[in-house]
Amino acid sequence: MSDSKSPPPGKLAAMIGRDPTAGRLAGPGQLLTTDLDMADADHDGLALREYALEHGLRPSAQRPTARDYLRQLWQRRHFMIAFATARNIAMYTEAKLGQLWQVLTPLLNVGVYWLIFGVILNTSRGIPDFISFLVVGVFVFNFTQRAFISTSKVITDSLPLIRALQFPRAALPLAYVIIELQQMLLSMAVLIVIILIRGEPVTMYWLLAIPALILQSLFNVGVGLFVARLGSQVNDFSQLLPFLLRTWMYLSGVLFSIMTLSRTAFGAAHHSLVVLLQLNPAALYITLMRLALLQTQRQSAPGSAPYNHALCAGWPSKGDYLSKYCAPVINPTHYWYYAIGWAVVAMIVGFFFFWRAETRYGRG
Amino acid sequence: MAEPMVVVDDLHVVYRVYGAGGDRGTAATVLLRLIGRKTRGSIREVHAIRGMSFVAYRGDAVGVIGRNGSGKSTLLRAIAGLLPPEEGNVYTAGEASLLGVNAALLDDLTGERNVILGCLAMGMSKQEAKDAYPGVVEFSGVGDFIDLPMKTYSSGMGSRLRFSIAAAKSQEVLLIDEALATGDAEFRVKSHARIQELRAQAGTVFLVAHNLEEVELTCNRLIWLERGQIVKQGEDVIGIIDEYIAASGGAAVLRDPVTRARIKTQTADAAKQ
Repeated sequence: MSDSKSPPPGKLAAMIGRDPTAGRLAGPGQLLTTDLDMADADHDGLALREYALEHGLRPSAQRPTARDYLRQLWQRRHFMIAFATARNIAMYTEAKLGQLWQVLTPLLNVGVYWLIFGVILNTSRGIPDFISFLVVGVFVFNFTQRAFISTSKVITDSLPLIRALQFPRAALPLAYVIIELQQMLLSMAVLIVIILIRGEPVTMYWLLAIPALILQSLFNVGVGLFVARLGSQVNDFSQLLPFLLRTWMYLSGVLFSIMTLSRTAFGAAHHSLVVLLQLNPAALYITLMRLALLQTQRQSAPGSAPYNHALCAGWPSKGDYLSKYCAPVINPTHYWYYAIGWAVVAMIVGFFFFWRAETRYGRG
Repeated sequence: MAEPMVVVDDLHVVYRVYGAGGDRGTAATVLLRLIGRKTRGSIREVHAIRGMSFVAYRGDAVGVIGRNGSGKSTLLRAIAGLLPPEEGNVYTAGEASLLGVNAALLDDLTGERNVILGCLAMGMSKQEAKDAYPGVVEFSGVGDFIDLPMKTYSSGMGSRLRFSIAAAKSQEVLLIDEALATGDAEFRVKSHARIQELRAQAGTVFLVAHNLEEVELTCNRLIWLERGQIVKQGEDVIGIIDEYIAASGGAAVLRDPVTRARIKTQTADAAKQ
């Protein structure tokens, strides 16, 4: 700039736009000299934008492409694991019994349900080894339930962190699901002890628990991402969530056998509803886990023996295991396809839903 | 050639505040609203930044001054990409990282875990975080407190540790929101040196501070905000500060006529009071 006078504000942006190579022009203090009141500058805004883009600057509130986002997330994998572990330890530091609560909470849950639904209401009618049945159901559902609740609050809980550091926000709900998975693995150890005490034989079927747990975890990640965005934008959601989850639990066959539901009066009248109930993801993951771990379930599941009308009719009054002669609502081998389907759909929908609002999470 | 690092182009930022005004969210008012099919009548819009434009270059340390509520913190948050602009846009080269006093990390975790987690979150590898750890702790000067939960820290210690974590990685654009206000004199000297270092490492630093002396020492550019608009900006940091002080009704700063450095004498201090 040869003239030492400040350029008139209105012309400034245009000047930048016209001369992209102008190093002199763009020197610090040259372009924006004192007394230059840019607030009143009446430029069209376009030139500054072009100037910025020309120098490779990017809008600060721009979300990365889905691929870049996944790459960034992968880069933060150590962060997620370290975050989850640290949180898991910190969670119980205030309690006297400390980490013991990780085991005590699900045990107490099982105790309550067993007392009410097993002893008082006697829902166990027709289900062999009801306690093991109940324990698996409660633990598996608890995993998804806790993932829901914690991820719905993850953004509001971590707002200071979000506002302080730059990182892909999806790392947070992912870390929270990892926390729940760590707790679930501990619960599984307790679960194994309980069913061993109940006299469950150790078989190769137990290996199926691993893919079942993996699929459920993937499903939880997907829903966790979805719920995390929902929870951050709809404040009323966290008030509603406990009711949704309770309803879901009662619909998912935690306390009763969803596979034999079609034998009840209700099930006979509403066939399509029974199909839907069995296809619901929580019911699927619970059923898969029960079939993997419990021999009594494998032996009594409808469809595990050739259909026999007469024998089936005898269930449950004439024997717990007669239900295996009944016709299954859904072919049990197809359960795996549905479980995979839910996991994949949840992951894809959850990821894109969360990613689309990436730049808005710091807002609070 | 000076390379632009931050371009703010006719930026407008609007906050939407729920539950402002007479509607206190009582059951009755909510019901009336639902029946009347009104959208939340109580939303109030606060136009925090109204049309700002400027460019900051590589190696700049830009001070942002102004009264409370003039939009300083909002501006930094918009640059960091945390507040989406209502109109206009902010462009940055690389990532901008905001460091504020209120930015608590994970309060119930120890300082040690916070350092490691902070480093990992900024995208360091496990090894890099481990390597950076002693430096961060040493710089923060929290000493033995490092293995206590952060909620037990004094506010000064907390902000020192936060500053140290954020400064561990050379950010392309570092935004500091009064982070140094709570540090003691010794830490201020250290952080001042670190800011100069970050600048030299080809970064741009934005500094919001009420301590004008701090700004004067650290910054080579200054932006003076008032009600979400730029009153004045430029390289004449001292000139603008003096003008700002005059506008706020403060007593003029005594300066050496040649170097324009502040004169610190008993009389000057007395004159101020």
